[in-house]
This record gives sequence, C-alpha cells and structure tokens, in this order.
Amino acid sequence: MRIAIVDESAARASVIHQGLASLPDCEIFVLTERRGLVARIGEIAPDVVLIDLGNPSRDVLEEYFAVSRALAKPIAMFVDESDAESIAASVDAGVSAYVVDGMAAHRIRPLLDLTVRRFNAFSRLQADLAEARGRLADRDAIDKAKRILMHGRDLPEHDAYAEMRRAAMNQNRRIAEIAEAIITAHGLLRKDWQLGAKL
Amino acid sequence: MTRELTVGFLPLVDACLPILAREHGFAEAEGLSLRLVRDVSWASVLDRLLYGHSDAAHLVAPLAIATTLGRGRPAQPLSVPFVLGLNGNAITLTPALAARVGTPGRLGDPADVGARLAVVAQERKAAGRPLRFGVVHRYSSHNYKLRYWLAASGIRPDEDVEIVTVAPPFCADALAGEVDGICVGEPWNSVAVERGLGEIVLVSAQIWRRGVEKVLALRESVLDDKRADIEALIRALVRAGAHFVDPANWQANAAILARSEYLDGDPALILRAIADRLLLKRGGELIHFPDFMFQYREAANFPWVSQAEWLYTQMVRWDGMATGTGMNRADAARAAHVFRPDVYRSALQGSGEPLPGASSKVEGSLAGTTAVGAQQGSITMENNMFFDGKRFDPTDMAGYLASLP
Repeated sequence: MRIAIVDESAARASVIHQGLASLPDCEIFVLTERRGLVARIGEIAPDVVLIDLGNPSRDVLEEYFAVSRALAKPIAMFVDESDAESIAASVDAGVSAYVVDGMAAHRIRPLLDLTVRRFNAFSRLQADLAEARGRLADRDAIDKAKRILMHGRDLPEHDAYAEMRRAAMNQNRRIAEIAEAIITAHGLLRKDWQLGAKL
Repeated sequence: MTRELTVGFLPLVDACLPILAREHGFAEAEGLSLRLVRDVSWASVLDRLLYGHSDAAHLVAPLAIATTLGRGRPAQPLSVPFVLGLNGNAITLTPALAARVGTPGRLGDPADVGARLAVVAQERKAAGRPLRFGVVHRYSSHNYKLRYWLAASGIRPDEDVEIVTVAPPFCADALAGEVDGICVGEPWNSVAVERGLGEIVLVSAQIWRRGVEKVLALRESVLDDKRADIEALIRALVRAGAHFVDPANWQANAAILARSEYLDGDPALILRAIADRLLLKRGGELIHFPDFMFQYREAANFPWVSQAEWLYTQMVRWDGMATGTGMNRADAARAAHVFRPDVYRSALQGSGEPLPGASSKVEGSLAGTTAVGAQQGSITMENNMFFDGKRFDPTDMAGYLASLP
C-alpha cells in the first residue's frame, strides 16, 4: 500500500511517518511542500492520502482527484462508505483521508487508527507549547496596553497597571483581556487606515 | 435558555454576517450563542459540517448543490435557508496581461475586456502556453462566473485556456508565475494589487449584476432537528446585514473582521470591500463600484429557487462536458430543493423585513428598477442583468442550456 502524508508541518509529518512505519507492506511518502504538490502526488500514485484539515491545499488536491484521468484515483472517505467511527475520529483529530476505490476497509482501519493516535499525541504537545506561548503573549499585551495608558493619560507605570487590574476585577475578566481591549480601541481611534475624504 | 450553534467559515469578507451577528449581540438577542470555527479550505468547512463539528457553514453556493447531488463524494442532502450575500468577487490579472486586455484607470466593459482577452488566449494557445486562471474551488460561483464570461467572450474554458484551483491565501503568490489571472473574493484581490502582482480588471457583479455568492448551508437533518434555532439564526443574520451595509458602521466592522480570530487581515483592505471601493492597480486611485458586495437590500438574502436552478444549469454545463452526464429531472429537482425560501419566510414572518411573494423568478430580466410582488413589506428590484443580456427562465432549463455557447 502506498501512503502519502501531506502536511506543511514537517514535525507532525515525521511523527505520523514514524507511527505508520510499523505497518507491514506500506511504502510511505511525506510531502511538506505546497508547490508542485499535485505533480508529486501524480508521480507517487498513492493508494491512500492523509492530509490535515488545516492544510489550505485540500481544495486543490480534491480538484486534482476529480479531474485526474488515472484509473485508481483516491476519493474522500465517507461515513456511509466505510467505518463511520474511525472516520469521525479522524475528523475529530484533524486529519482527512482519501482512499482509492476498492481498498478493503480492514486494511484502512488500522492505518486510520494509528494516524489518529499520532495526530492526537502531536496536538497535546502543541497545546502545551501554545499555553506557554500564550503566557508570553499575555505579558506582551499587558506591557503594550500599559504604555498606551501611560502615554495617553499621563499615568506612571504603577497606576496604569492598577487601572487595568481594577477594570479586570470589576468586569470579572482576565487582565490580558482588558489589555487586548485597550489595544483594539487604541487601533480603532488611529486615523491612518481610514478611507479619508473620498467617501 | 441560550442554545449554542456552531458555524464554520473561511476567512473572507463575506463571512461577515455570522461574525457580526455574534459580535454585535444579534445572535444573543435571539437566545443563541454562536461559536465560529475558522478553516482554510472549503473541503474542511464541508467535512466539519458533514461530521457534525458545525451546525451550519459559510459555503460557496454551488458546493451545497454539488454535495447534495453527490458530485465528487457520496450524496449528502444540504439545505440553504439563507443567502449570505451576492457577488463581491473580482477578476485580477497579472500586470502584463491587464495591460493588454484591461481598461486603464477603471473597470472595463466585460464584453470589451473579453474580446481583447480572446485574442491573447488564441495567441497563447497557439504558442503552446495557454492562459491559466485560478479559481478558489471547482464548485464555486467564481468558477461559474469566470466560465460564463469566458464562454460568452468566445473563449472555451476547457479547451482554449486552463482553469485550476488555488486557495485564496495563495492567489497573490500564484500570480507571480503559476497563473495569469485569478477570480477570488476580497480581500485577496486587493492583497495582490497591494503587492503589485495583479490588477483588477472586472468585478463579478459586472458579469451578473445580482449573482448568488456564499450561502448558509446545513445538513437537511440538522435543519429539521434545530428548526427553531436556525430560524432564530436567520433573524440574527438579517440584523447583521442591516448593520453591515450602514456606512456609520463600516469602520468598526472592518476592525472586527480584521481580528486575528476572523480574517486576520488588513482592516484598510477589508474596509474598501465593505464600502464598495477598490484599488484596481497599485498607486492608482480608489474607485467606487456600487453593489460590489450585496448583503441586504432587495431581500438579498432570500434563497431564490431560480438561483439554485441557475447554478445547477452551470454544473450540468461544465461537469457535463467532462463526465458526459447531462441534465436530468431528478437532479434538477434535488438541486432546486436545496434552497429553502419556506424556512426564510417562516423565520421572518411578522418582522419588518420584506418577503417576496414568489420563490422563483426569471434571472437577468430587469434592466431598470421594478417593484415586485411581496407578501410582506415592499420590494423594489434593480438591474439584475447578465452582461450578455441573456435571461434564465427556470421553467425552461434545457432551452437555456441549449442557448449558451
């Protein structure tokens, strides 16, 4: 079975690749480049294509499958065609599969299950990373909003922060959310992106 | 009690109504809590809809019909009780091609631009390098409007030129070498203009003055199960439409749409589309094209059955050539049934919104302003012509198809 993994995240593609390497009789191809994707898929002539839901090339790929003159062209897996549960799990995990017609369900299921497990594991790693990044971004936003208040209202740093903390407590929101609101409002009041006198 | 509805969307200006219904509290006022899920391909928007990740979705209209008819995938019946807007797309060419076929400083006449393009298309075909155009999806109004214009200009879309799919965020890049032109929604034409990679030569409203664009699509079973919630959503979306077209709100709405969780784009470019203003060429002047986007007036959101039927004729016209499947009565009836004016009417009965008396009309039949029959309020329709003056009478689809080049 020839399996193509299409993923712009090389890190995730390699995590999936490792997971599938244990399957017998499988040849695996990893495609991380958007350019030339369709030509590459044409050369590989895969039996199964795995592509993440967040990949903007999905419509391009589906168009290719639709007009391809190849006899064995992969089509989107669908609930009433195969194992509903494992397909639903794959969409939940964020991966979609295209499989050539006639491929037996019992060969596809272990492949999909493995892919889903790998995807989920990767997502957990990403979530941990995103949380750490989020904390950094919060701190940046708070600093930026503090500067807006300091300049706009001529407040010392300590008072600017105290104002935001008070607003957060009164509105039962996180201080980072208050900071974001200040930054957005400040952006709105800027004149430099208005259409100007022409309207 | 607040009921939650999840709506999928792609980051395009015409995803505005669900976003504004949430942001301005119109959904909340109807007892709905809207959760919006952004994707970057129509395939993923559709997958989430079909697997129940979302209740409803911002979708290219022809894809709702193609899904119902089982084109490309096994058939799954979808319903469209609300049209999210008309037009709002443009045709942007590389500066070199625009210099040959465009009309400097303004949007040209589609027939003139088409005639000049036909000459270039033949040259390039003879040279073995046919012109290539990018559209955002096989089953998109972009594809059908572009093909309509090309064919009416004497250019055979499948023989004289090439049409490929390009994801909206990559349209500008594609103009740098992969394609000679794109037909895409905003802000992606303007992004190409800003980068000096493209020039806008036509807008989709010039090809069909009142052409259906994105729709609110949902599984037929979800519409049945959550009928009251969907009707509440329709009322919230109508209010969002009225808010969207009011110039007093343009700037604030552009800022909302530009946010990272929605379009994650430049508010200045989004504002232009909302205000029907376009910069055709880098360094040029903003031009005003009224009704470039059309989200509210003339009961714009009413799902005219005749518009679903027009889309079906185009599906037969272009898929038919590739697959040999012609028009058939059962498919035509299923396609027509995707659009659900009955649900729209039921949602807005007793509101101040005008409700058309008919569910179908002859498309492209009005050159001027005409009052039409309404069962509630009054409706004045303006010009709804196709650029070539053809009319689509839904009672004679076969005759219409036979009359097209």
